[in-house]
Amino acid sequence: MSDITQQLQAQVQRAFQANNPLLIRGGGSKFFYGNACDGEVFAAGEHRGIIEYEPKELVITARAGTPLKDIESTLAQHGQMLAFEPPYFGLAATLGGTIACGFSGPRRPFAGSARDFVLGCKVLTGKGEVIEFGGKVIKNVAGYDVSRLMAGALGTLGVILEVSLKVLPVPEAETTLAIAAHTNEAIDIMNARAGQPLPLSGAVYDGEAVVMRFSSTELGIKELRKKIAGDELKQGPEFWRQVKEQQHFFFANDMPLWRLSLAPATLPLGLPGSWLFDWGGALRWLKTDASPRDVRDAVAAEGGHATLFKHREFWERQQPYCVFHPLPSALMAIHQKLKTAFDPAKILNRHRLYEDRI
Amino acid sequence: MHQQTFQKPVNDLHKKPLLINALRSGLPDNAILSSEEALRPYECDALSAYRELPLLVVLPETIEQVQAVITACASLEVPVVARGAGTGLSGGALPLSNGVVLSLAKFTRILGIDQLNRTACVQPGVRNLAISEAAAPYGLYYAPDPSSQIACSIGGNVAENSGGVHCLKYGLTVHNIQQLKVVTIGGDILTLGGSGFDGAGYDLLALMCGSEGMLGIIVEITVKLLPKPEYAQLIMAAFDDLAKAGKAVGDILAAGIVPAGLEMMDNLAIRASEAYVNAGYPTDAAAILLCELDGCSAEVRQQIQKVQAVLQQAGATSQRISADDAERELLWKGRKAAFPAVGRISPDYYCMDGTIPRRQLPYVLQRISELSGEYGLPVANVFHAGDGNLHPLILYDANIQGELQKAEELGGKILEICVEVGGTITGEHGVGVEKINQMCVQFSPLALQQFHAVKQAFDPQQLLNPGKAVPSLHRCAELGAMHVHGGKLPFPDLERF
Repeated sequence: MSDITQQLQAQVQRAFQANNPLLIRGGGSKFFYGNACDGEVFAAGEHRGIIEYEPKELVITARAGTPLKDIESTLAQHGQMLAFEPPYFGLAATLGGTIACGFSGPRRPFAGSARDFVLGCKVLTGKGEVIEFGGKVIKNVAGYDVSRLMAGALGTLGVILEVSLKVLPVPEAETTLAIAAHTNEAIDIMNARAGQPLPLSGAVYDGEAVVMRFSSTELGIKELRKKIAGDELKQGPEFWRQVKEQQHFFFANDMPLWRLSLAPATLPLGLPGSWLFDWGGALRWLKTDASPRDVRDAVAAEGGHATLFKHREFWERQQPYCVFHPLPSALMAIHQKLKTAFDPAKILNRHRLYEDRI
Repeated sequence: MHQQTFQKPVNDLHKKPLLINALRSGLPDNAILSSEEALRPYECDALSAYRELPLLVVLPETIEQVQAVITACASLEVPVVARGAGTGLSGGALPLSNGVVLSLAKFTRILGIDQLNRTACVQPGVRNLAISEAAAPYGLYYAPDPSSQIACSIGGNVAENSGGVHCLKYGLTVHNIQQLKVVTIGGDILTLGGSGFDGAGYDLLALMCGSEGMLGIIVEITVKLLPKPEYAQLIMAAFDDLAKAGKAVGDILAAGIVPAGLEMMDNLAIRASEAYVNAGYPTDAAAILLCELDGCSAEVRQQIQKVQAVLQQAGATSQRISADDAERELLWKGRKAAFPAVGRISPDYYCMDGTIPRRQLPYVLQRISELSGEYGLPVANVFHAGDGNLHPLILYDANIQGELQKAEELGGKILEICVEVGGTITGEHGVGVEKINQMCVQFSPLALQQFHAVKQAFDPQQLLNPGKAVPSLHRCAELGAMHVHGGKLPFPDLERF
């Protein structure tokens, strides 16, 4: 438990004056993510501790350096959880890094994303100002929703110091069912099921089988088993953990790993490589050596976007590229102006999201 | 009727003919309203205490026409106020005397429903309920259901980030929108979000939700559709004490249940409603809770039992469980008609919209009741209890000199109590012009400054709905100084900007 706001603020103020870029680091578990950027490491992980948690309010507030595992274990003691099922990518994962990256796990299409659960946050801007946005209540429309803007901004708009999140009860019972299918069938099955009034809470296709998770009460699950075909996967929880943490065998090699965000029922894209579908088809992991341009063109044609999620070094030596999907110029202009509004000297995670104009 | 000028009167009348000329090159003549009688219906939204005639009203029907309007207004530096159905409760669509009202009322087409992807692509003027009606043949619906859903438009819902009675389980508008097309003040079209569940870069989709028309003009919306739940059942529980009812709400949530809706009404609201719709509410109860559960039938039946036990434990004096959908709808009808029902027992009412941490409910209700006595104005409480969103309805008579001002002042105090206990001044109605002073109480000067910087990034000339939602620091400083000098504003007749 420690509040080092003043120390962090002084450090950012100095960096702002000296125009000295900072590389924000919580637990270091997601350092692989984003564009290469340099700067002095800004260690924010010591700013930790749960500040407020009242299970009846369904809200938790904690400092950003609080280990994610501490948050989740505290919630679990009261039968609650982070319903966006955040991946850790390493036990050192912190709350701040989780929100800054905006990652969500398999439950996301059915429960909501990391940003959906953000209610408020305290940030340290690139000007060295500490500002609170949002609040600690579930419904709040006062002021621009800057706290949700921080989710997925990779710290480029401010160092997250504190976050308030909505939490939900852990479902009473869950079951995982698997059905063998080809790709096209799998897309149909996952989306047809998602359109029916079923307590779906996960839908993955790993190239061989559709694996679906259902969450309900004991009796709800019993009733469901009578309606839905499929073999029950006894190691269900372990399967979902492996998919979420990218420990599933699919992820085990050094090929460039792409994250494609698409409408869930999008037909298979004609790209070479191997695939794993999460989020009922809306999140597609692709391992391929196809060129970034080919991947992006195919995804953009379907209205989606593609991120070179891991192993960017494969392309780094050969051609200039951006890890994140390029933006149309009008949208890019707004991004740059927003960045300037929060971080005029562009000292926070410079270039990590998009190239910053200095 | 009390009138209030919200904007600095700027003598921009000379711009009117220039503007009409500029607009005519991009719009048909009948899409430009300029006579006083044609402008009159646009002088206010549902917060009718604030009225102002705009310079012009334009009714484009294509995105290109919206771009033409924006380009013409930007070149002449004329402010633009976007307007959907005009059902907003905070004066967000209040015209500016030197500005144009851009009505999106002609954007009423549902562009497509994608059954497999569970989305609907709609124009901003489509009514909220019309989306669910169009999706019904596919077994799908659009979840957010503000009480004005028969009339309010989806574009306005996005601009205000509207809620409803089901948002504890299904979220606000921001949680149910997948993509937006927005015309910027520069005349560009931005696509925010994506065909999937997220877009590249900053989450501008989230930022746009609830931005009250200050960052861009929303011209197309892709909403998420959900499968209609198989089964729903409602419990109505009566309590002889408001605090007990308030505690029961937390107990239900702590028991691991997330109801589809969890509403509370106090005795005055119960009696008004019952007299109006005869839903069978117990008129002697201090409070009732309405708790709806939905899902598959086995799940709902099991949860109903659990909730019954929790309510019993919490001291409910009686419980009634809906036997069928007709009874469930009847019990809801009383709640949904609460506002008009209160309208029947009082010449006027003023609806507030604060949100509080639920544990503070007994304290806040006590304070409201004290203020009600102090001001001599009755207050009926209707409450989205599950998510802590209070709707105190202040009863007054606008024909009595000074009563509206008293009601507004009482309303302002209630909002300040909400902030004091860690809540917010608006849960779902937006700030608009109505709560702009309370923004100074809720946010620090640094936060307000940062909000202005965000606006600047989108709208450097300050032409999109200027002066709404975020107060100037000057305004706050002025009010802050007055607070120090004790409660009541000196010189109440002076205009304050």
